[in-house]
Amino acid sequence: MSTSQARLIAMVDRMPAFPQTVGRILEMTARPDCSPKDLVKVVEHDPVMTMKILRLVNSAYFGLTRTIRSINHGVVMVGINTVKNVALSVAAMGMLPRKNQAGFDTNEFLLHSLGVATVARLLAGRIGVGEKSAPDYFVAGLLHDFGKVVLAQFMPEELRRALELAMDGSQSLHLAERTVIASDHAEIGGLLAASWQLSPELVGCIRHHHDLSVNGDWGIMRDCVFAANQIVRSLGFGDSGNRVIESFPPALEERFGHDLPELIETIGDITQELEKAKIFLKL
Amino acid sequence: MRFTLWGVRGSIPVPGPHTLRYGGNTTCIEVRTDDNDLIIFDAGTGIFQLSQTLFKEMPLKAHLFITHTHWDHIQGLPFFIPIFIPGNSIRIHGAADPVTQRGISDVLARQMEYAYFPVREAELNARIEYVNLHERQEVQVGCAKITNLLLNHPVLNYGYRVECNGKSLVFTGDHEWPYNIYTPEDDYFEEFEEMVAEKRAGIMEFFRGVDALIIDTAYTIEEYPSKLGWGHGTFDASIAAAREAGVKRVYLTHHEPNRSDDRLEQVFQEAVARAALGPGDPEVVLAREGLTIEL
Repeated sequence: MSTSQARLIAMVDRMPAFPQTVGRILEMTARPDCSPKDLVKVVEHDPVMTMKILRLVNSAYFGLTRTIRSINHGVVMVGINTVKNVALSVAAMGMLPRKNQAGFDTNEFLLHSLGVATVARLLAGRIGVGEKSAPDYFVAGLLHDFGKVVLAQFMPEELRRALELAMDGSQSLHLAERTVIASDHAEIGGLLAASWQLSPELVGCIRHHHDLSVNGDWGIMRDCVFAANQIVRSLGFGDSGNRVIESFPPALEERFGHDLPELIETIGDITQELEKAKIFLKL
Repeated sequence: MRFTLWGVRGSIPVPGPHTLRYGGNTTCIEVRTDDNDLIIFDAGTGIFQLSQTLFKEMPLKAHLFITHTHWDHIQGLPFFIPIFIPGNSIRIHGAADPVTQRGISDVLARQMEYAYFPVREAELNARIEYVNLHERQEVQVGCAKITNLLLNHPVLNYGYRVECNGKSLVFTGDHEWPYNIYTPEDDYFEEFEEMVAEKRAGIMEFFRGVDALIIDTAYTIEEYPSKLGWGHGTFDASIAAAREAGVKRVYLTHHEPNRSDDRLEQVFQEAVARAALGPGDPEVVLAREGLTIEL
């Protein structure tokens, strides 16, 4: 690992979560009757909070035999009180600023992440991923763009330039990022997920969510996140700074049995589902 | 292998006329391997009485395993006399903490900070080592192999299994059987149910066939609904688990501090009657301070 990578990982370790979540976690945990499922729900609406909780419970220092893949899985494995206190320790780091120098809209980003999470999970069910693994797909959707929050926080000027390059839809944001910083949010997100010992499936999925030419054991998860990403963008739910909607290559059409427009048709009306997220986040 | 229960009470020591028969000290279990190596589970107030019996063995090697760091499982540690005596060697094992990201070495150092104790950890004369255990890490103590499994409590809690020359024992520390936090109409209900079932199956495997299962049995089934999530088991759940895991004998421990000896015997007998045990079922024993069992 290079020095700059190590420095980035150390900085992200201290990165706070989104204000919507931090406020609510502090409020909820102050009550002794804090409901476990409400707590999980709040955490699951925040990619930073989710990522950091998974990072802490999966740390090698702590040494669980099994990788904890979702917040609910964490509740079963380490107990709700430990999850609650880990969430509180993340909340205590402060909160991400509502406005950043990159001009990156964090509210729209949250909606995009939640949209992709919801649709990725739905697609997983469609293609026969078992009930046991389906929550992992929600997590993968939620965390796929984690690298963008990192850029907004630690390289705002570079992200601003990339956002400008991608604004007219002539190129995908990750390609614009590569022009500016010779890396992209997928690579950065993947690097962080790997250094935090998250599941190899999640690491591969985050790392390659824009690059369908690379395949691995994480291929199904990545394909679901890729497809969900295009669907959510087509529906105009949220905004992650990327305007390009990519069509499905043959392998993906085969996976889902449809091209992108058909798939959108067949999954039916999910706006209600997505709107629920919006209301929950009070956006 | 044999074990002695030095503390069977949960939460807080309760000495007095109502707890004379079963004892008022908090959790501590001494295990002796066939070669007389000393393994201690938890350092509740019972460890003080245990320490009084150890003088003749000094210099001493003790292998202490902490299930979790709640007070009633560690509060006797600064009074475990061997830690003050040169030549003794104490190895303290336990889980690291994901919240603070600090190790089990904190357990003694923090209790012995200036405000809480007159002697600092750094001033102890015995050789003290700390081992942060990974889940399922195996530790060999003479002829005994000790493994652990993460159970369910409001802080990380390792249950420990000891095997020595064909005999085996499990001590749970504090444990509540995981339950579904969702209701059937919730989206997550089924997948959570599956994860809970998987966790339970893993625990059953861990308990499987032991000669002695020493298990947290704090509550009656009547008390349990108001204690949901507090991290403790019930008489009925403990007996059912022992039966399911095919254990030979189950020792019910972590008695409620408010439960008098008479009342303890009464709720125990009621639960045993409800269980309608038959041939092949485990023998069910109420844990009593001072009880020594040869396996």
